[in-house]
Amino acid sequence: MASDLTPQQQVAHALADGVARIQAAASSDDLKAVLAGLTGKKGSFVAIRSSLGKVADIEERKALGQLVNEAMAELDVATQARAKALRAGEFATQIEADRVDLTELAMSARASRRRGRMHLVTQATERLEDVFIGLGFQIAEGPEVETDFYNFEALNMPPSHPARSMWDTLFIESDVEGSVVLRTHTSPVQIRVMQEWPPPIYAVMPGRVFRKETPDATHMPVFHQIEGLVIDRGITFADLAGTIESFTKAFFGPGFTSRLRPSYFPFTEPSAEFDIRRPDGSWIELGGCGMVHPHVLRAGGLDPNEWSGFAFGFGIDRMAKERHGVEDLRDMYSDDVRFTEQFS
Amino acid sequence: MKILLSILREMADIPSDPEIVATALNSLGLAVETMDVVGTPVPGVVAARINRMEKHPDAAKVTRCFVDAGDGEERHVWCGATNMQAGDIVPLATLGTKMPNGMEISRRGILGIDSEGMLCSEVELGLSDESSGLLILPAESPLGVSPFEILGIEHDVVFDLDLTRNRADCWGHLGVARDLAAYFNVPLRGPKVEPGTLGESRSIPVSISAPDNCGLFSIAAVSGITVGPSPRWVASRLAHLGMRSINNVVDASNMVMLETNQPNHAYDANVVSAFNVRLANAGETLTTLDGQVRELTPDDLLIANATTGNGVGLAGVMGDLHSEITEATTQLAFEAAWFSPDPVRFSAIRHGLRSEASIRFERGTDPEAWNLAAERFVTILRETCPNVVLHAGTTVERTSSCPAPLVVTTSVARIEKLLGIAIPAERIASILNAIGFVTSIEGDVVTSIVPTWRPDCTQDVDLIEEVARHFGYDNIGKTVPKSTVHGRLSNMQLRRRALRRVLVGLGLDEAMPSPFLAPGDLSNVGLTEDNVLRIANPLVADESILRTSLRPGLLRSLRYNQSHRAPRIGLWEIGHVYPKSGAQLPDESEQLAIVVAGATAEVALEQWNAICDALSVGAQLDQSRVPAGLHATRSASLTRGKKVVGVVGEIDPVVLNELGIDGRVSILEVDLTTVLNEEPKPVQARDINRFPSSDIDLAFVVPESITASTIQRAIRSAAAKRLVSIDLFDVYRGKGLPEGSRSLAFRLRLQEDGGTLTDAVIADVQKACVAAAEKAGASIRS
Repeated sequence: MASDLTPQQQVAHALADGVARIQAAASSDDLKAVLAGLTGKKGSFVAIRSSLGKVADIEERKALGQLVNEAMAELDVATQARAKALRAGEFATQIEADRVDLTELAMSARASRRRGRMHLVTQATERLEDVFIGLGFQIAEGPEVETDFYNFEALNMPPSHPARSMWDTLFIESDVEGSVVLRTHTSPVQIRVMQEWPPPIYAVMPGRVFRKETPDATHMPVFHQIEGLVIDRGITFADLAGTIESFTKAFFGPGFTSRLRPSYFPFTEPSAEFDIRRPDGSWIELGGCGMVHPHVLRAGGLDPNEWSGFAFGFGIDRMAKERHGVEDLRDMYSDDVRFTEQFS
Repeated sequence: MKILLSILREMADIPSDPEIVATALNSLGLAVETMDVVGTPVPGVVAARINRMEKHPDAAKVTRCFVDAGDGEERHVWCGATNMQAGDIVPLATLGTKMPNGMEISRRGILGIDSEGMLCSEVELGLSDESSGLLILPAESPLGVSPFEILGIEHDVVFDLDLTRNRADCWGHLGVARDLAAYFNVPLRGPKVEPGTLGESRSIPVSISAPDNCGLFSIAAVSGITVGPSPRWVASRLAHLGMRSINNVVDASNMVMLETNQPNHAYDANVVSAFNVRLANAGETLTTLDGQVRELTPDDLLIANATTGNGVGLAGVMGDLHSEITEATTQLAFEAAWFSPDPVRFSAIRHGLRSEASIRFERGTDPEAWNLAAERFVTILRETCPNVVLHAGTTVERTSSCPAPLVVTTSVARIEKLLGIAIPAERIASILNAIGFVTSIEGDVVTSIVPTWRPDCTQDVDLIEEVARHFGYDNIGKTVPKSTVHGRLSNMQLRRRALRRVLVGLGLDEAMPSPFLAPGDLSNVGLTEDNVLRIANPLVADESILRTSLRPGLLRSLRYNQSHRAPRIGLWEIGHVYPKSGAQLPDESEQLAIVVAGATAEVALEQWNAICDALSVGAQLDQSRVPAGLHATRSASLTRGKKVVGVVGEIDPVVLNELGIDGRVSILEVDLTTVLNEEPKPVQARDINRFPSSDIDLAFVVPESITASTIQRAIRSAAAKRLVSIDLFDVYRGKGLPEGSRSLAFRLRLQEDGGTLTDAVIADVQKACVAAAEKAGASIRS
């Protein structure tokens, strides 16, 4: 240190020199090295501070100490500013180096891997279930291989009843010929529910059903139905009409309405077909329904004088078919991924 | 069932607008499938005689016809038909005629020679759905006149009704007219019957030897018959209703059936003068009207000529070919009977012969319609046989099986309780009486005599349905039941839905292959066929077995997609399987199966872990029990003690080769009937341990014969309560390791409950873990 300078001058000189070196630092690493030279063990400010001890006058020593502290604080400010500027530049460089084409990444096998698809029938079934849950229904299930009793006899169709020919039945080979069938409708679940659940019963029964039918655009030998059953005290035909109406609005939308037309099923009396009217005035013939026949109530173990009820049923496959504009039911059952992947 | 508007309007004054009638039919439950306007004259079409015909050497398929339409001008017409001859009178569509199909007839030429019109078939005139050439008009037809006028074709509307099984009465126009008359509140006239006086009494003897099958058999004597063509209107109506005109007697008989729903038969009274109704003898034969020789059984009911003992008709189904009336017939024995529905149905099924008569008898006809039928028959015949006489003394034999009128009671209150609307007693009575029920109401009780044409009405709900139908379903109103039940999914249903979402989250598509398999499908994938159920009447032999596993169907779908070059196919199915059980019904259960093309067992394990995590379930991997049809060294059973709840791994390469599937295929199967039915208790929260944790890594050399899970289990129990987690983070095989061994490196995270781990404790745990692993067969890797 030049001896012709006053200590004050020495501090000012060291500060100016330090600030200049900090500002000249070219990188964060460089800045660290500069700081070590200034405030490190062998740094210039350490030498100045140690020379303070030689100043005899206590006031003067105090003032000088103060001056050194202030200079060091100034160095610190300069350091922070430089460090920030350097970091910004370094991040900018890194970010530029990081550049990727996100459209390219989006096309990678990993990013473009899609979720799987649920079968259209499963999607339709869940939607229907959800609507019926909202209307206060629970969901019942039953076996797909059934006895003649549940599929026909308990449904008011004793053996050789002519109405049995309304369904083309697939029979299972068994000891007693014709005693076991692939259920032709979900209606046998009605009987099982009546036998197993204590009334009141508000249930829908979706499931797979079977008919001896050659597949074509609108028919499959294996398809799906949903059945509804309500058993309670004082259930009326008007309740049936109102429930169909509630379902229509909840499932199809507020612009849709429903109507019942007289029809015939062995297990309901009175019986009806129900149609849905689209907002454009056209009609969809949806399914069958009616008041549960007293014979059926008895087969389910219920007293027709105490309990009354209604039942309804329709196809699930057609719901999926119409919703997604599927032309040919066979496509829906092809398991062809080229078909399946369309429907998220 | 085809119904003509003209006949309905003869029976009751219902509206003429077919749209209004169709709406009424639909709301009565007589669903209108189609409604066709028929017999509309086509202006511009006239009768023309073919004067001569020529072939053109360059046009082999068409004929040049020179025709005379009565205006003295010979026209040339090209014609593609072949059924005409010179001299025939045929319909000519003159130039400018607009045909029913919209085509306009213009001067169109072949080989530069113009055609001045078109000769027409029945199809082209809208008279029929099929034809085999030109419509040849009767000889002597006046030229230049509309063929519609010549043939007496009536403009009419045909309703094709999709009748429900219960409405036997509507197989005759009368039943439909009765419903419509009530609907429009007009009187029902029924078919026109001339009150002609009865002739001298003639009774034809009848005996019934099969009283269970035949409830009523009536024979009326009719004389004064001249067999000849039918009046035009009869032929026209029959054509509209899909029947061919034969002669005046047969046509009248058919018209009576179509109008009154009473099937009937007219015999030549000189040939059959006494009748016996009996069961056929085994081996007895009858040649039915369709020309087929039928071998009868003792379950068939036969109408026999009592004099000769020979059959003259298969009762309720079809007449005998050799007993048909002839042109020489002058006297008839007119039969109208009531046969038990089931035996007729079984006879028709046995002989593969569903006739117009059997369709009606098997549904149930009116046992009291015999007289109306005979009177209407004679009324129609009188137009062509002015001297026809219906003789007094009709023989009517009844047996105990003849249905007696049924009385059904219900109550005004019960009707309200079931329908949800109060209908006044008088309204109930008037509704029922309008359709032939004879109803009286005393106090609350409704008593009704069911008309004999309604065999479907046997109890109170049937009566209530009739009230509802004619009150109008639309008028009953809509209410919602006051339910005390709350809608929800069961535990199993909730878990099934959660599972579906896990599966689609794994990028897997749901498949729904047919549950029907071909014989051999199961054995082709290495599974037994000893426990399958077979369909007794399959559509095709390839769909004659019920699946006991989802695997064959899913693999077929996978192969199908692979053959269409679909990349990395992953398919799942949740569905039922139906293995045979000792009981009447199979051991039906719900299963999950997942197959992924080009994937290893690791992928299947990833899926199983995801499912376990989502559903809080688990199972042991037992590689010592290789599931049938799976890769012997890359598969395991999922077990809980002795119970197997699934399989995981890869499909046997031999099976894949057999099926023609390329690459590896991973498989996971889970018994959902077990797994979804479980209801894991909600996990209870634990405090987070905030003390620092330490990780230690341990690598072992483990012989291939010892499973990783054995070592992991040993370490787990040695580290005991201080172990937070253990991960197998590295597996190494190769240089530096003994043959038949691999290195397994585990990372253990340790934590002390209630304090900081000391180095000494960590060292102790490590020592214990190493000791345990080595005891299990591993050696620490230095």
